[in-house]
Amino acid sequence: MTDWPILSVATFVPLVGVLLILLIRDDSETGRRNIRNVSLIVTTFNFLFSLFIWANFDDSKVGFQFVEQAQWLGEGISYHMGVDGISVLFVVLTAFLMPLCILASWESVQHRVKDYMIAFLILETLVIGAFCALDIVLFYVFFEGGLIPMYLIIGVWGGKRRIYAAFKFFLYTLVGSVLMLLAIMAMYWNSGTTSIPDMLAHDFPANMQIWLWLAFFASFAVKLPLWPVHTWLPDAHVEAPTAGSVVLAGILLKLGGYGFIRFSLPMFPIASVELWPLIFTLSVVAIIWASLVALMQDDVKKLIAYSSVAHMGYVKMGIFSANAQGVNGAIFQMLSHGLVSAALFLCVGVIYDRMHTREIAAYGGLVNNMPKYAAVFLVFSMANIGLPGTSGFVGEFLVLIGAFQVSSWIAILATLGVILSAGYMLWLYRRVIFGPLEKESLKSLLDLSQREKVLLYPLAALIIFFGVYPLPVFDVTAVTVDALINNYNAALEAANGLALAD
Amino acid sequence: MYHAIVFFPLLGAIIAGLFGRSIGARASEYVTCGLMVIAAFLSWISFFQVALGHGDLIRIEVLPWIVAGTLNIDWAFRIDTLTAVMLVVVNTVSCLVHIYSIGYMHHDPSRPRFFSYLSLFTFAMLMLVTSDNLVQMFFGWEGVGLASYLLIGFWFKKPSANAAAIKAFIVNRVGDFGFSLGIFGIFVLFGSVSFDVIFAGTADFMPAAEARNADAFFEFFGVEMDKGDALTTVCLLLFMGAMGKSAQFLLHTWLPDAMEGPTPVSALIHAATMVTAGVFLVARMSPIFELSTDALTVVTIIGAVTAFFAATVGLVQNDIKRVIAYSTCSQLGYMFVALGVGAYGAGIFHLFTHAFFKALLFLGAGSVIHAVSDEQDMRRMGGLRKHIPITYWMMIIGTLALTGFGIPFTPIGTAGFISKDAIIESSFIGNNPAAGFAFVMLVVAAMFTSFYSWRLIFMTFHGKPRASSDVMHHVHESPLVMLAPLYILAAGALFAGMIFIGNFFGHHYEEFWNGALYTLPDNHIVHEFHNVPAWVKLSPFVAMALGFLVAWQFYIRSPETPKALAAQHNGLYKFLLNKWYFDELYDLMFVRSSKWLGHFLWTKGDGWLIDGFGPDGIAARVHQITNRIVRLQTGYLYHYAFAMLIGVAALVTWMMLGSAV
Repeated sequence: MTDWPILSVATFVPLVGVLLILLIRDDSETGRRNIRNVSLIVTTFNFLFSLFIWANFDDSKVGFQFVEQAQWLGEGISYHMGVDGISVLFVVLTAFLMPLCILASWESVQHRVKDYMIAFLILETLVIGAFCALDIVLFYVFFEGGLIPMYLIIGVWGGKRRIYAAFKFFLYTLVGSVLMLLAIMAMYWNSGTTSIPDMLAHDFPANMQIWLWLAFFASFAVKLPLWPVHTWLPDAHVEAPTAGSVVLAGILLKLGGYGFIRFSLPMFPIASVELWPLIFTLSVVAIIWASLVALMQDDVKKLIAYSSVAHMGYVKMGIFSANAQGVNGAIFQMLSHGLVSAALFLCVGVIYDRMHTREIAAYGGLVNNMPKYAAVFLVFSMANIGLPGTSGFVGEFLVLIGAFQVSSWIAILATLGVILSAGYMLWLYRRVIFGPLEKESLKSLLDLSQREKVLLYPLAALIIFFGVYPLPVFDVTAVTVDALINNYNAALEAANGLALAD
Repeated sequence: MYHAIVFFPLLGAIIAGLFGRSIGARASEYVTCGLMVIAAFLSWISFFQVALGHGDLIRIEVLPWIVAGTLNIDWAFRIDTLTAVMLVVVNTVSCLVHIYSIGYMHHDPSRPRFFSYLSLFTFAMLMLVTSDNLVQMFFGWEGVGLASYLLIGFWFKKPSANAAAIKAFIVNRVGDFGFSLGIFGIFVLFGSVSFDVIFAGTADFMPAAEARNADAFFEFFGVEMDKGDALTTVCLLLFMGAMGKSAQFLLHTWLPDAMEGPTPVSALIHAATMVTAGVFLVARMSPIFELSTDALTVVTIIGAVTAFFAATVGLVQNDIKRVIAYSTCSQLGYMFVALGVGAYGAGIFHLFTHAFFKALLFLGAGSVIHAVSDEQDMRRMGGLRKHIPITYWMMIIGTLALTGFGIPFTPIGTAGFISKDAIIESSFIGNNPAAGFAFVMLVVAAMFTSFYSWRLIFMTFHGKPRASSDVMHHVHESPLVMLAPLYILAAGALFAGMIFIGNFFGHHYEEFWNGALYTLPDNHIVHEFHNVPAWVKLSPFVAMALGFLVAWQFYIRSPETPKALAAQHNGLYKFLLNKWYFDELYDLMFVRSSKWLGHFLWTKGDGWLIDGFGPDGIAARVHQITNRIVRLQTGYLYHYAFAMLIGVAALVTWMMLGSAV
């Protein structure tokens, strides 16, 4: 299977779509319809193609598969792509959410449709590229490139305070990435390579690891986002159009977590061990802080955004537990959160399209005339709470059991988040869905349309499926994660041996 | 067969839930009830095979679930006597409640949804009791919580129902917080969450084992512990889960409010099955609880305090369902006392009999409420005995069983007499430090139980009618579809005790349980609980009689006495009426404070601190500085000339001084 550039196809198919869209010059209603259709077809094709990658992925092999390599810039830096058990599912997740985003914008975006679709397709290329890149410079290009279309999506198609939100988003992420760029250069000077597999095998000196770790941390912590650099996220979500929120919560946040697993943990094991109290503390603060803040929100999207911050706290905690349960759990939690948060934002989109407000107080009693909507929203809320039987539980449970083995205190505090998440989600659900239908403006609302059903039903089905039978995910991740943990422990032992020898 | 028992209710829930609108309410009722009848029938077969037939433990793997490193969790069934008993309880009551609901809910437009939830609940409860490991049990545990949430909030237009639903879910989550930490702890101690591995691994933890107090240290919560202490910690965490689900003291506040749900729901979930899940959990984990005397002492104390506390509150409640709810709470306390003193068989036996008579009382109360046009306040009832005689006699049977009516020193009596007295006697000889305290509490609670139960009967059925004549005009006996379940439950409430005591907690204990309940070799409570002094055996009977007499005095002979008494001891009356002010206290301590904290963190933390000194602050500073620089550029030539002059002067000075050195 490796004789043709399968990952490059997955990465660049959306760009072909962009070319096709550029050919459509006509801005009439038909033209726009064609643009939407082309985008939908291209992204759907790419999703099917990503399933093909998943099907051909060999679970039992450690290391990267479907590897491609070509000269790119000068001697060292190459165009190097490949996936392993950690990254392949993120490619699938990205490709899965993209058609949903296109479909979610079908009616709500009427203004500059062409540019909008182009931005989304380019974003897909960049994100898939970032997950596949095996050269750190290439990764950096894709990783940072993703900023630009997202910045535009928020800044052009966003709500009232979109400019503020877009700038905040851009500034935060940029500051982080500058530090990462410096670290990348330092790593190149030390190891003499930019290839990620070679760097994974390289032992960085202990005193250098701390600084590199912190620099990467600055970038990924902003992306994830980690407390206290999380405040851009609620603003960005609130102002972004529905599909923008879906991509942001569903995929872009995962780049941060992916970065931690790909770089920080395996490349700087000594630093990871020394700094885990920092990470754990910040994660726990994030979980409790964000959950409490979520409790008091009066804007639906902000509430869900804060709940994302809390859930990403579990991810970090799982990764730096550095045991099989924690890391597998963190990966699963990211995939699951990709589905759940996307679904929740789509749900908000459904009522936003009808009412054009995100105020919780403007709703109430929707179950009376939108029972189907109430049912799917319940599934997603329960998944967000982490009810067993939904995918939300599996990741959260594994992360907590992983963290408990490292520090039971931290696990206790993090488990408090389980109570709080029930608090804010159920309260939201009650205020939006339950109660009598009293507000005049809501009485004429229609239940889910055909298009919305196509969006939400598969998500609900997947969330329950992976909650009951998550093995398809663990089959893929298990071997790679085991190898990662083993290498990590071996590196630590070697370092301890050195310390003793000194 | 076990697949059918567990998954038929799920099938019913799916059919009624997804297609209820298209197939109609009647069809949904038939489908769910039909599937439940089959499941209940199969459960009895299983009871005869496994429990009475002394069959071997059955393990059935259904599907692999979570695999991560050494953690390996399957969806699997584990059928032993304990499970078989629970299957019978759950499916029988659920089946009767399904049938009863056809009558009770026949006015309601969303019956498919109701039956779907009921079946969903039954499925989750079955997953809980058949589970082979702690995590699947947790699935069932949370699943019943979800179903309970949905059913309490079934009438979603009522704000009070919504509030009660959320409260139930969240208070349970507090318990689940402990439960999940307990699961993590079990995994650290035993390296697995599967019951087989845990029970096999207890050898190292025996009180006598060398290894227990040896060098094996665990660090839990910053404290270094030996194996014995670690085990105690884990047991207490698991028990916290049990306290939430079984509405024990401190985590009980949700249960009375849960009465906002339709009455059949109260009978099924909040009396017979779900609330006993905590008792089931402790009994299931008896191999590890039995190893920790400290944990068992805590269980005993909490159980005894709950039994007493709930009974005191029950004395003064006026809502017919709340009285029964507090009585449930109190009876659950009895069960925990039994577990705490090591009489696991007695605890489960009381669970078994309680399911019959408490479901009977609730369904009877439902029949009353149905008769008086959805009135629940007993102060507006009275004199109903003539109008609804069948319901009256059914309620009398339930009350006799609840108060433990029987002939002392003989094995003849209602189900409650036999199981409750077994618990009281066990607590007298129990060998943990709290047993004596528990004995006193339980006897006092027995007296209160008798008082409030008869008070309920007298206020509802005797005396003069206090309802409006309009309501009285409409009073009618319930249809057969509601009465038939009452007959079956009444039979259970009368005879289940006498039939099964030998198996659950008597001569056939060993063969019947077949290892499903674990007791240490030196725990002989099963054989010794009969050898107690005569006054101990007599004390619950005396307490019951006393309670009855006082109730009769207060509510039949001189109805003015209770009012005078309440006025005389107004403080105490208010204290009891307001449920010891737990709701107010919790609201202040937890609800308001977390709201306040959330608001503070949002506006001050995120808004003022992080944004203020972070992006907004920096942006503002940059803006400020550029503004100042802009202000320097005034556009007047002489300003620039002046600035240049100063510059030149400074330069010259610097060069002169510099060259001078």
